[in-house]
Amino acid sequence: MIAMSTRHILLGLLATGPSHGYDLKRRHDERFPRARPLAYGQVYTTLQRLVRDGLAEVDGTDSDGGPERTMYRATDDGARELAQWACEIAPPAPFVTNEIFAKVVVSILSGGDPDAYLLAQRAAHMTRMRELTALKTTPGADLASVLSADYALNHLDADLRWMTTTAARLTTLTAEVDPA
Amino acid sequence: MSNEEDGAVPLLAARDLVKAHGRNEALRGATVELRPGEILAVTGASGSGKSTLLHCLAGIVRPDSGAVTYGGERLDRLPERRLSELRRTEFGVVFQFGQLIPELTALDNVALPLLLGGARRQEAQASAGEWLERFGVRGQEELRPGEMSGGQAQRVALARALVTGPKVVFADEPTGALDSLASEQVMSALTHTARESGTAVLLITHDAQVAAYADREVRLADGAVLPLEVGV
Repeated sequence: MIAMSTRHILLGLLATGPSHGYDLKRRHDERFPRARPLAYGQVYTTLQRLVRDGLAEVDGTDSDGGPERTMYRATDDGARELAQWACEIAPPAPFVTNEIFAKVVVSILSGGDPDAYLLAQRAAHMTRMRELTALKTTPGADLASVLSADYALNHLDADLRWMTTTAARLTTLTAEVDPA
Repeated sequence: MSNEEDGAVPLLAARDLVKAHGRNEALRGATVELRPGEILAVTGASGSGKSTLLHCLAGIVRPDSGAVTYGGERLDRLPERRLSELRRTEFGVVFQFGQLIPELTALDNVALPLLLGGARRQEAQASAGEWLERFGVRGQEELRPGEMSGGQAQRVALARALVTGPKVVFADEPTGALDSLASEQVMSALTHTARESGTAVLLITHDAQVAAYADREVRLADGAVLPLEVGV
């Protein structure tokens, strides 16, 4: 199993041709607009590791009128690893350690009001979903923003469906968690 | 947030609505307000009373008790003839499916409410064409409902609901029969056009992703609105 990492994303960006660290960072942040921006330090460290592992190599320098920058390109081994990683299935998270679930259970144990909590949590989820919907329906929104908003929306929606079912089962859950 | 708190006068309001279908009490004291130009999502599980609430608010059925007020007028007490007129001139309605007339083309379906209101055929068709364009279905004018995709048919239905310039559009699960991409196109078109024209929308849905297109959500359970109103 090859883990998800910055190195594969950088290798993916290098797949379109040689590039330097600054440009890779810029393209990463553009392609993954809702992700945490990459730090320059992280980009350079990762590039050095890719070179050490034979997955990328230095491809001269480029100054383009500005400071001289080291160019990198993916090696054949790098391309092979990238292809393997890209089609490797991500493990469907088998153990859900979810804060919302934990709060419902704790709320039952401590004699709280899980129903009210779930309703308030729904309100917060809906507010976030409205923001994301506004973002993706803004005229001229680029596809990367639309796709990342969709990803977040579908996950929040999954939470909501779980919360709705849980709210409907609270009586049974309370009897199980706190039989007293 | 209540009317008293934000000072906005509701366009349409339901107070303590009770409505039973036989022994089944679909509404048990539901209170909801729709402000002018607002897009309000009403959500809730199947059987929570969403559709009955919409029918009462749109003047399609009368509640057993409680009040429905539209622009200061008691809608639930209006004679049938005045209700029909309101539904034709100030309300637009979109359902999950089946509301287009199968024998008519898209253009004639959209022009129909204008023709019923006494408009001339040429004017009605010109206006219908403009609304089809706003909903991104220009070029489909001559298609009949059976020849359109579900998403196209729903956008034609929306154009028909908005063609008379209503103050309120009632949409009951308008994307219920659509896949997620078609649903997205229908909701984008509906909310964009409603906001542009200042039309209020009462949107019934069980789908949170559809409800997220609205300005606000009220949630029904067992025929009443849950205490926490969420949103703006």
